[in-house]
Amino acid sequence: MSSDAPVAEIPGDLLREGIVDGLRAHLGEALLDSLVKPGDDVWVRVRTDAWREAARVLRHEMGFDYFCFVSAVDWMPSPYGKGEDDPTEPTPERDDTIRQGYAGGETRLQMLARVTSSTRHVGVNVKCDVSDETPVVESWIPVYAGANWHERETHEMFGIGFAGHPDLRNIYLPTEFEGHPLRKDYPLLARMVKPWPGIVDVEPLPGGDDEEGDAE
Amino acid sequence: MTSTESLIDRRQMAYIAAQASDARLNVELETEGMTLNIGPQHPATHGTLRIIARLDGEQVVWAEPSCGYMHRGYEKLTEVRTYPQVTALVNRIDWLGSFANEVPFILAAEKLMGIEAPPRAQHIRTILFELSRIANVSLFLGDLGVQLGAITPVFMAFRDREYVLNLIEGATGGRFHPNFDRIGGLKDDLPAGFVDETRAVMKKLRNFCDEIENLLFGNEIFQSRTRGIGVIPKDVALQYGLSGANLRASGVDWDLRRDQSLPMAWNKADWKVWTHPDGDSFARCWVRLQEVRESTRIVDQLLESIPSGPIMAKVPRIIKVPEGEAWVSTENPLGEMGYYVVSKGDLGPFRTKIRSASFNNISIVPWLLKGVYVPDIVTILASLYFILGDIDR
Repeated sequence: MSSDAPVAEIPGDLLREGIVDGLRAHLGEALLDSLVKPGDDVWVRVRTDAWREAARVLRHEMGFDYFCFVSAVDWMPSPYGKGEDDPTEPTPERDDTIRQGYAGGETRLQMLARVTSSTRHVGVNVKCDVSDETPVVESWIPVYAGANWHERETHEMFGIGFAGHPDLRNIYLPTEFEGHPLRKDYPLLARMVKPWPGIVDVEPLPGGDDEEGDAE
Repeated sequence: MTSTESLIDRRQMAYIAAQASDARLNVELETEGMTLNIGPQHPATHGTLRIIARLDGEQVVWAEPSCGYMHRGYEKLTEVRTYPQVTALVNRIDWLGSFANEVPFILAAEKLMGIEAPPRAQHIRTILFELSRIANVSLFLGDLGVQLGAITPVFMAFRDREYVLNLIEGATGGRFHPNFDRIGGLKDDLPAGFVDETRAVMKKLRNFCDEIENLLFGNEIFQSRTRGIGVIPKDVALQYGLSGANLRASGVDWDLRRDQSLPMAWNKADWKVWTHPDGDSFARCWVRLQEVRESTRIVDQLLESIPSGPIMAKVPRIIKVPEGEAWVSTENPLGEMGYYVVSKGDLGPFRTKIRSASFNNISIVPWLLKGVYVPDIVTILASLYFILGDIDR
């Protein structure tokens, strides 16, 4: 029962362009932005109200049958920096402009999901904006049953609600836990009490240029 | 959307009917419902997973794993670390095959930086990757016996895994947490005598596979406990995102080592992807057994052809990764392990989404355990094969 069949058919950029075209044909206006990085990957951004419809199109019309993950990204730069500052010193100035990544966006929180085609071996990253006032999107469970736990995790970590999810209990955190840990404005308390000694990486790299001096 | 639901329901009903022909008896006897709590500390859970099952007699009517006993918040921790420091963290996700966890993260960072490790480093990476797979899955094969009441295989597994761990320790300095992979290559070259020693160990491991096959897979008790138990149809496996041997045991011919182009050396060896059409517990165990064999073959072939040259590409002393996003996943011992790395041009990642195989693999448990008998819970969990660190991250 081993397979001698396909010797690595590596997806090309034409296939990736085709994915974007296919999605545009099905979703029309709801496909807001897309990016095909040559030789790498595809990113698409859909309108928030088309989040589940995008999943349905991807699975049932375009053959993306394998569910990879659902998560979110908080694009706000952390007001605490990377935790490398001395807590006894005054806080330094930080750049707090919100810049979204590939395929653009307007909101601080964005959904991020990935589905793959098990036959064509190509994946697509799907994003959608999540508004600050009503951070709710439609649940993907009716399309991909495996989204259940991922949405529970996203709910507790980012505070994003999922309309139509049967059971949005916390999956990792205790029930009475307050706050959403993966949001950037949630401080990492260990770094609040004591400066991180590891920010200075002193191990020399083999083959690296041997300039003197610490990492910072 | 309703069509999918009803499809699952129908299959579920057929499955329950096939497995429990005397279910009606329970209804007539009006057995009392009971809640069975398995874990958090139970040998079948490989760590601290708790499973809450509601029973009707001997039959499970509802079951749910309760995770989070080992949640360490790695996704948040990566945001306050530099890229080279993250490998020390991700070592601890799947602790039985640690080196394999480092590779996709390093590959994602390299992809963003637009560099590639030199051929020698890619080759050695692949060898160490397969060695960690062998160390990981051989322990699974031994552990499988324990779940079914056979103690011998686990001693054999620990004995033979030790040889592999010695190899990994010899090359990297760490038995369980090598922290050996670097952006642009590897920390060190292979030690003297590694090639000969590895060849001898691979021979031992193939013997181990034969022994396990004779001892377990040909055993009638083992077969009757696993054949037809915990069947996962292909489409259900796919939409739950099952990966690795669990997916291939449901008949999906898909292996990320073969089916994507990565700067690794898998395509330089001749090996097979094994699948099984049945999708039951037996199929999952059997596919893993074959995979250990294939891994030893891959390692043997790669040892023949290690290219010469540097093991480290030219990388700056202070690694700053350019702004961008990258997704890299590899076929880890437990399944698809991927990192979605978002960089803002800093010393460390802005956000890392860690997609671990066990989280998806175990999310099918509430669906899968519905309607099975209590003793089968253990075999089904054992055959799904998860590592707690890989679920909770």
